[in-house]
Amino acid sequence: MGSKVIILIVIILAIVAVAQLLKMYDAIVAVRGKREEDVDLKTNNLNATLFIVFMVVFFGSFFYLISEYGRGRMPIAASEHGVEIDWLYGINWVIVFTVYLLTNALLFIFAFRYRYKPGVKAFYYPHNNKLEMIWTVIPAAALAVIIILGLMTWNNIMGKASDDAVVVEIYAKQFDFTARYSGDDNKLGYSDYKLISNYADNSNPLGVVTQNNMDWRIFEIQQGILEADSLLKAVDEGKAILSKANYLKRVKESEKMARIETRIWNMKERFGDSVTVLANDDFYTKTQLFLVEDQEYSFVFRSQDVIHSAYFPHFRAQMNCVPGQRTTFKFKPTMTTAEMRKETNNPEFNYILLCNKICGKSHSMMNMPVYVGTQEEFDAWSDLEAGNVKPIVAADSLLVAAPHIVKPVVEESTNDHGGHH
Amino acid sequence: MAATAHDHHVKESFITKYLFSQDHKMIAKQFLVTAIFMAIVAVMLSIFFRIQLAWPGESNSTLAFFLGDWAPDGVLDRSMYLGLVTIHGTIMVFFVLTGGLSGTFSNLLIPLQLGARDMASGLLNMISYWLFFLSSVIMLASLFVETGPAAAGWTVYPPLSVYEQTMPGSGMGMTLWLTSMTIFIASSLLGSLNYVVTVLNLRTKGMKMTRMPLTIWAFFITAVLGILSFPVLVSAVVLMLMDRTLGTSFYINDAIVGTEILEQSGGSPILYEHLFWFLGHPEVYIVLLPALGLTSEIVSTNSRKPIFGYRAMIGSILAIGFLSFIVWGHHMFLTGMNPFLGGVFVFTTLLIAIPSAVKVFNYITTLWKGSIRYTPAMLFSIGLVSSFITGGITGIILADSTLDIPVHDTYFVVAHFHVVMGLSAIFGLFAGVYHWFPKMYGKMMNTKLGQTHFWLTFVSAYGVFFPMHFVGIGGAPRRYYDYSVYEGFDGNQFEMIMDLNVVISIFAIVAGFAQILFLINFFWSIWNGQKATENPWRANSLEWTTPVEHVHGNWPGELPEVHRWPYDYSKPGMDEDYVPQIVPLKEGEEDH
Repeated sequence: MGSKVIILIVIILAIVAVAQLLKMYDAIVAVRGKREEDVDLKTNNLNATLFIVFMVVFFGSFFYLISEYGRGRMPIAASEHGVEIDWLYGINWVIVFTVYLLTNALLFIFAFRYRYKPGVKAFYYPHNNKLEMIWTVIPAAALAVIIILGLMTWNNIMGKASDDAVVVEIYAKQFDFTARYSGDDNKLGYSDYKLISNYADNSNPLGVVTQNNMDWRIFEIQQGILEADSLLKAVDEGKAILSKANYLKRVKESEKMARIETRIWNMKERFGDSVTVLANDDFYTKTQLFLVEDQEYSFVFRSQDVIHSAYFPHFRAQMNCVPGQRTTFKFKPTMTTAEMRKETNNPEFNYILLCNKICGKSHSMMNMPVYVGTQEEFDAWSDLEAGNVKPIVAADSLLVAAPHIVKPVVEESTNDHGGHH
Repeated sequence: MAATAHDHHVKESFITKYLFSQDHKMIAKQFLVTAIFMAIVAVMLSIFFRIQLAWPGESNSTLAFFLGDWAPDGVLDRSMYLGLVTIHGTIMVFFVLTGGLSGTFSNLLIPLQLGARDMASGLLNMISYWLFFLSSVIMLASLFVETGPAAAGWTVYPPLSVYEQTMPGSGMGMTLWLTSMTIFIASSLLGSLNYVVTVLNLRTKGMKMTRMPLTIWAFFITAVLGILSFPVLVSAVVLMLMDRTLGTSFYINDAIVGTEILEQSGGSPILYEHLFWFLGHPEVYIVLLPALGLTSEIVSTNSRKPIFGYRAMIGSILAIGFLSFIVWGHHMFLTGMNPFLGGVFVFTTLLIAIPSAVKVFNYITTLWKGSIRYTPAMLFSIGLVSSFITGGITGIILADSTLDIPVHDTYFVVAHFHVVMGLSAIFGLFAGVYHWFPKMYGKMMNTKLGQTHFWLTFVSAYGVFFPMHFVGIGGAPRRYYDYSVYEGFDGNQFEMIMDLNVVISIFAIVAGFAQILFLINFFWSIWNGQKATENPWRANSLEWTTPVEHVHGNWPGELPEVHRWPYDYSKPGMDEDYVPQIVPLKEGEEDH
């Protein structure tokens, strides 16, 4: 509190002081008969000179920042295309820095050189088509180079992944990432947001489509509706109390869940074993994304709730995760974590996957460590026994039997809550 | 409008003169003062979150004092951090740089520089201001809502901005945001329509399109951009309101928010991004073009030289205006859009660099062999050209989809648009205020104080945004509450980000306090400034032929007739180093 008062007093005193100075200044000016619009020679020269001083400091701090923070702070690219991007950056920096230094220098030097001098009249020079043509054509030519090189690299990076690329899914939700590996068949099992369940016996955080998962989700929904119905019944019988709004809300909720249940039943009929079997060898983890050196990966991104962005700064890779859509990005890591630790001289270094699209309160805490190792390390890590990853379909010994579910018969709906059971 | 219509000077009451005035000069001043107030709020918000970024998690008495429960124990709340960022951006882009810049100077200068009695419709003009005022009040009110203001970033992407379950700011705060923006857009459209009609119909005798000052060209194209792009934002906003209240699914597909599973299906959040950026990118030029227009006038007047390449400057404004409509996709390279489409946007975006380069070189050539007077307005204009260069070239990096991948949505982007759009437009605004203050208030602002204000602002503004590029290249995502995540993974980068963040925040605080000099100068001079003369800068355009004391209808007698372009400075064979537009061509003298 004390410091606040002091700061406030200082500010008020400063304002009063400036106001007093203005008053004095105005009085002096009035005596001398000087007009505000007439900038005197001394002041004019001072301001002109300050532009040169500014230029020196400006360029000086630019070179200082370059030497201190420019290179080497973001470590060298750790992916194949990342090296290309960095090379392209090199060329573009040369162009950009040249233009920055030259045009700013011209501006400040002219600002100084052509300051008002008594007796020197300005040069009437309204236009020169040749000059204007020059500074239309030269930027156009430079841009052509930038565009052509840029688009060549862009098409490479965004092109189709090769056939031996390993498919991995990155699933985003507030506020964490989950990685799902496609297993031996290199194909991800289908997924559907309606199947996402954190039901105690059989959680399915990614909504992966398997027969077991569909059954469990239907079971979960039916349990929920039963509970809701019994509560509403109790209210009807006067054994429980709910506000009118809450009562209606629960009725609506029950109806909605019943509709979702119907859609899952339809899904069950549509998806045969040929589809659901794809997920059998999938496994997932929330702890870290483990990649194998020199192996190309084809990432599929999904989101559960809001738009997120999967940002891998060291691999020069980024793609938005959009709810209700699948986006893709491919890259091949070329340096293991161990190699990068040596490179950066930092034994604690780790690659990272960050969320880079505002996604809510804990946006800045949404991330996942990334580890790049050898195939052998990966095999050991991804062994189910090791406990680092979880299977989508549990091994026989762990399998929780599918619950007994019955498809509700849809009647001519005359009853009150949702026409259910 | 007939010249005789205003020959009788009607005695006005306080209310019709100062509040519900239909006089464009008063409306301009109303826009300016409102925008200054909004700017003070927005700058304060930015200082609050800069304190958090430089000294994360440390108790700060300033935060505790201003934010109360939003900063328990002086530590900024995470949700409120995002709210501050969002409202800072919204106020600056729309209320200060659109309403403040275009609203003030289009209103002031279009009739005065064209030789018109007033805007085409004084009534619409008045409504435009009051809608602006109302939307400002609603936006400010959203800061005081219990669940906090809108906090999904100034772009308010769905589904984050649609469902309260995803963040508290998407509740009442977001409703107010959307309401405020809808009213703001209505205000902007009324204004823009008025500007376009006035420019096309109310030019005085002899004021051909090719004799209009570049300011008018800039305001004219700005207004056209606004008319074409703001309605798209309205539709985006209305669709969002429907998603929020009626359960439609324009932007929603298969999502779970919080613990609630939604039935909405078949929409796309990317649709919103397309609609938003279809306004959002032209908006950059809606902000920038007026600043460039003001600068053209000021650079020419104070160099005592004609603006170099007048026709090329008009051509550049037209080219920038046109191109600004076909580049919006460069904000969305990483949304999963077809890479070919991305390539097309790379091409169109980089094309904008050409007219921009022409403008920059034309400014520099205007200075060449000039006789430069460093009025505060001129200082700020040079500052604008510098920031336009420095910010423009980093645009080349971001427009290149390949190079955009590693810096997309990082502080590199924040640095880029603050320099090229924020600084340039703010410098333009300051330059305009210093230059046309005598026309607005009939008084002069203090020159020495203005010069001091410029140097403090110029140095500290670069001090804020120049190091910010390095933070971005170092991989610091924007809209992060803090960078502690890097501490565990990559200590080197963490150190760099933190070092630079402290530097940036200190400069930001200095820059904020430097504006007090401007405020003192502005309000002091309104009442106590030296009385202005009719044409203090010895300039050519028509507004300097009006009397110092405002009259309704601008010119007491006949409307002036125009005989030449407004840039005959230091023309050989003339007695003075300026020739006002009302001076007839001499025998044998050529028009420009």
